[in-house]
Amino acid sequence: MPSSVPGELSNRLRRGRSDGGQSSDGESGAVSGSASTRDRAASSVPLLGSELNVLFRRRRTWAMLLALAAIPVLIAVAVRLSSSVPAGRGPAFLDRIAQNGLFVAVTAMLVSVPLFLPLTVGVVAGDTIAGEASLGTLRYLLVAPAGRVRLLLVKYAGALAFCLAAPVTVALAGAAIGASLFPIGPVTLLSGDVVEPPEAAVRLVLIAAYLAVSLAGLSAIGLFLSTLTVVPVGAMAATVVLSVVSQVLDQLPQLEWLHPWLFSHYWLGFGDLLRQPVLWDSFASNALLQAGYVAVFGALAYGRFVTKDVLS
Amino acid sequence: MTAAVGRTATGTGATGTGPGQGTAGLTIETQGLTKRFGHQVAVDGVDLAVPHGSVFGFLGPNGSGKTTTIRMMLGLAAASAGTVSVLGLEMPNRLQEVLPRVGALVEGPAFYPFLSGAANLHRLDAASRHARPATRRTRVGEALERVGLSHAAGKRVHAYSLGMKQRLGIANALLSPRELLVLDEPTNGLDPQGTREVRNLVRSLAADGATVFVSSHLLAEVEQICTHAAIMSTGRLVAQGPLSELRQAGEARIRLLTPDAGTALGVLARLGMTPVAGSPGSDGQVVTATAAEGRSLAGPAAAGDGAVAPEEIVACLVDAGVRVRGFSVERGSLEDRFVALTGEGFDVAQ
Repeated sequence: MPSSVPGELSNRLRRGRSDGGQSSDGESGAVSGSASTRDRAASSVPLLGSELNVLFRRRRTWAMLLALAAIPVLIAVAVRLSSSVPAGRGPAFLDRIAQNGLFVAVTAMLVSVPLFLPLTVGVVAGDTIAGEASLGTLRYLLVAPAGRVRLLLVKYAGALAFCLAAPVTVALAGAAIGASLFPIGPVTLLSGDVVEPPEAAVRLVLIAAYLAVSLAGLSAIGLFLSTLTVVPVGAMAATVVLSVVSQVLDQLPQLEWLHPWLFSHYWLGFGDLLRQPVLWDSFASNALLQAGYVAVFGALAYGRFVTKDVLS
Repeated sequence: MTAAVGRTATGTGATGTGPGQGTAGLTIETQGLTKRFGHQVAVDGVDLAVPHGSVFGFLGPNGSGKTTTIRMMLGLAAASAGTVSVLGLEMPNRLQEVLPRVGALVEGPAFYPFLSGAANLHRLDAASRHARPATRRTRVGEALERVGLSHAAGKRVHAYSLGMKQRLGIANALLSPRELLVLDEPTNGLDPQGTREVRNLVRSLAADGATVFVSSHLLAEVEQICTHAAIMSTGRLVAQGPLSELRQAGEARIRLLTPDAGTALGVLARLGMTPVAGSPGSDGQVVTATAAEGRSLAGPAAAGDGAVAPEEIVACLVDAGVRVRGFSVERGSLEDRFVALTGEGFDVAQ
């Protein structure tokens, strides 16, 4: 995708900013919530609560979280039923599950990174604005008045909450099924050090947090795509497709110069969190890259949404 | 019907001095409001003037630009040209100050089907940072009560009928005390009882001092509840003003029931009218007649300048030996005016 080219990226960043500047001036009759930037933080709590309520009371959200929770369960049951797992085959850590149930969580998170997590996050992020538009509730939120900038921020915050909930669900389900089917004991880290189960649990939380951060950029892309259409499925599909494209590009050695700019580049880089002491390099690089994507696509979403005619 | 309109007019007249605005003020004012979608001009130079405290009927065939105008009024869409001011403040720049004082039903109700009616109202109320969370539960309960949905408050909107959704949409517009209500097709999908309730609701809102802006293509509805009206056709505003004036612009005519149609036609023609004989019935024949070009049928209040008073017509008829079995003066209806301005048939808005 051209959006991943560094030069194009900065072009878009500039364009996004100029869009934003124009609309906040209220020139050219732009529809903007000019007062919405004032005391936004104080009064957005009820709307954020309502957003999370709507998101997590939806059957679709529960179905996706249950599907994610099913991944570690499937892995654990499969390992339990087979006599032994040959070392070095299947996903990393798979061969260590039988000795220590906590590895179910690690394996499941690793397995869900390429497709399942981006898929569910794409559904939530692509639905943010387009979903409201297709229901028609967008116009009622805006005349309430929710304020366009405030609504966009709350919508993104809701998507981020799901980005956190998804890997946490996998980790919790993995730890639970692992504990019930396999012994739990001291964990040997990649660096060879051995840590006790409570410390290992902290590492699981860190991996979940790493994945949540990894998905922030994709969520911002989904948010932007969602402002372009009133068909939520379109925005969802486009978001998921972009995540796949990014990962495919990351596999092509010919495009090595591009790899550090791909939002999926560090997705599988959480191995450093399983060392003693923890290496934060990949966490930091990942967070910086994701922040860049959030800034660019957040600006694009802002530029698009504050001037958008809501006709649905 | 005239009596009903009269009552509404006096009702709003008495409460015309609402908070913050004089009686002469305009609640909604648009100047040269235009919206273009590509080459198509959806709204073309509309100058609306909605007086404070009025019940304003916004009429027009489907596709005449009513909803687009409302979207621009509420800041949902940007105008291509022209200005809108609502409650004395310019839109969309002052949107955050204006919209909390406006309740709106725009292009039909829209809700989250997987949430209950009450939960939907909570959600939309939470969206406004001006709505007080402390009173939210009470206000939602009262709004549901007012539209008669209390029994279905806990039911998912998925299971609501169209009429119930419409009521819920109106309840949403009533969540906070409003100075202006913009109701786009409020009786769409409602049964006759529901329609009556909406009419009563609009009257009671107006009696409380709110300005009510009702868009509709149902003329009878507008005639019954509105004090003022505007008529849109293919994106242009073709008429607006107090309802009585709009009606009067249409021709009045007399309707006569008599067995002596032949004689009557002669008498009416001599009075300078244009009589038309209808089909004969058991009681006689119906003759309708309109006043001649340049002359008017005098109403009960205003007679003069060459106008023919209805009682004179009857006297002349009786003098000529016409047996008058029924006689009435029919004012031009809003429908006549509407059709005259917007054309007849299905292809009106092309």
